[in-house]
Amino acid sequence: MRRITVGDGLTLVAVLGGAVLIAALNLATPPDGALHVPSFVLPLAGKYLCYAMLALAVDLVWGFAGILSLGHAAFFALGGYAIGMYLMREIGTRGVYGNAMLPDFMVFLNWTRLPWYWHGFDMFWFAFLMVLLVPGALALVFGYLAFRSRVSGVYLSIITQALTYALLLAFFRNDMGFGGNNGMTDFKDILGLPLHADATRAGLLVLTAAFLSAQLLLARALVRSRFGKVLVAVRDAESRVRFLGYRPESYKLVVWVISAVMAAIGGALYVPQVGIINPSEFSPANSIEAVIWVAVGGRGTLIGAILGAVLVNLGKTYFTGALPELWLYALGGLFVVVTLLLPNGVLGVLRRRGTGDGVVPKPLPVGEQPT
Amino acid sequence: MIEPIGTVADTLLYLNGVTVSFDGFRALNGLSIVLDPGEMRAVIGPNGAGKTTMMDVITGKTRPDEGDVIYREHTDLTKLDEADIAALGIGRKFQKPTVFEMHTVWDNLLLALAGNRSPAHTMFGRPPAHERTRIEEVLATTRLVEHRARRAGDLSHGQKQWLEIGMLLAQEPQLLLVDEPVAGMTDAETEATAELLREINRTRSVVVVEHDMAFVRALGVKVTVLHEGAVLSEGSIDHVSADPRVIEVYLGR
Repeated sequence: MRRITVGDGLTLVAVLGGAVLIAALNLATPPDGALHVPSFVLPLAGKYLCYAMLALAVDLVWGFAGILSLGHAAFFALGGYAIGMYLMREIGTRGVYGNAMLPDFMVFLNWTRLPWYWHGFDMFWFAFLMVLLVPGALALVFGYLAFRSRVSGVYLSIITQALTYALLLAFFRNDMGFGGNNGMTDFKDILGLPLHADATRAGLLVLTAAFLSAQLLLARALVRSRFGKVLVAVRDAESRVRFLGYRPESYKLVVWVISAVMAAIGGALYVPQVGIINPSEFSPANSIEAVIWVAVGGRGTLIGAILGAVLVNLGKTYFTGALPELWLYALGGLFVVVTLLLPNGVLGVLRRRGTGDGVVPKPLPVGEQPT
Repeated sequence: MIEPIGTVADTLLYLNGVTVSFDGFRALNGLSIVLDPGEMRAVIGPNGAGKTTMMDVITGKTRPDEGDVIYREHTDLTKLDEADIAALGIGRKFQKPTVFEMHTVWDNLLLALAGNRSPAHTMFGRPPAHERTRIEEVLATTRLVEHRARRAGDLSHGQKQWLEIGMLLAQEPQLLLVDEPVAGMTDAETEATAELLREINRTRSVVVVEHDMAFVRALGVKVTVLHEGAVLSEGSIDHVSADPRVIEVYLGR
């Protein structure tokens, strides 16, 4: 693999350094000190980084393979539910009803036995495996059917919306056994560590930053490989790729599943930090917002996705606090402005100002051709 | 029952009685063509004669309603899809140059190189030395050595046509299907393209679809004239241009 680019390097430093700095300034400074970072910032920053993972996953399929997913938050939410089930089992007898086996909502529904699919979630490793396997398997089946039938463009976008909407409705039902419309909350600890302790939250923040960095490096390696070049070729001229002897559907399926698992990991880190998972995470608007983050940051750049997710969510936190009724207008306006004026997003502007070259990477001299 | 037009033995490509209809319109109407190994064939015909549809049938983009499409005596192309047929060694150059505009010239050739096409294979590793050598060779043949690091989208029209021919070569096909290679080229470029195709024909079979009669004459090969989805005339360029039916189709009405 080639050396890391400036943009990737800066992003890694900002993500990892920022997380470590926030964690350190929270834990190591006196609460009334000038440099102290208040505790609420820890899960907030962690949440932004989880959203950045979702954005990165969206950019991988949309920016590089041309698959506009309007349902990617479904994978994020499924990852969140898988870890949520573990956190529910961790509560044990500390729940309102004090039932060692059944989570509160099941006792409330007069259930007497744990549903079969809840078994195993008392073990962290099992839950983590499910974080990867369940969204991965769903993406595999969905992608196989969609790509094999050569569904693409706006039709694919619509069925991804349908997918997340169907899951939203399903998870709303109490009979599904995932807490119905209240979802899961009241979590106590993770791997024995109290979730409300600053040290645990700081640890989760740094862990999230590490996972995000690893995902960025993985995604970068992927898009730089010959595999990634085939993806871009599929995005720009799919039938031409077919006549070269490649099967675009296989390439789309592989990147689709990888992307779904990346989003799921984001969701799994999100739930312990925000302390709740409910069906609203499946709402189609969430997936659309993720696409906006990518567009704002700069599609097809990976780091733009991270930048966009963090910037837009900072804006959202500010707006929903200061002018809550204006947020949706601001978001919609932002999307229009970016689409019309900044086709390459914020990153496109930064690159034009900074280095003088656009989003198209500078070609390399021979011998240094990227693999 | 379709009457066989001859024996399938020793042919590279054998089309017999191929019919394709789109909404009642017969784009191909009992088309029969036999191509020998190592042959270069020019296919001409007025607009709507079925030239591009013929290419679509051979490369698996369109399935015929009737008829046989046999490659190398044994392989029935009508049962295969585009990727399978490309893997058999049939390469296609499109009418409009379709190169991957966002990629460099080098990367375009890299993607076209013959080799394992599975995602698992392309995900890992750098191009080995023999692949890089092969790309250099193709760059030299297509006179694109100087342009290797340029984005394909920034090339001139003629250079794009050449890059696409280069991509075909990199695929190492046994049979090249070339659709209007000199459309929009200057005279000098046309000349050079004829030379390039003759050079390619030394080791591979070629089917050239073309409008430009001067170019077809310059190629100096057997010509098949299509009209309304079937063969109207076949033979040397002098033979077909003297054929009254061909004159009628091109000049009459």
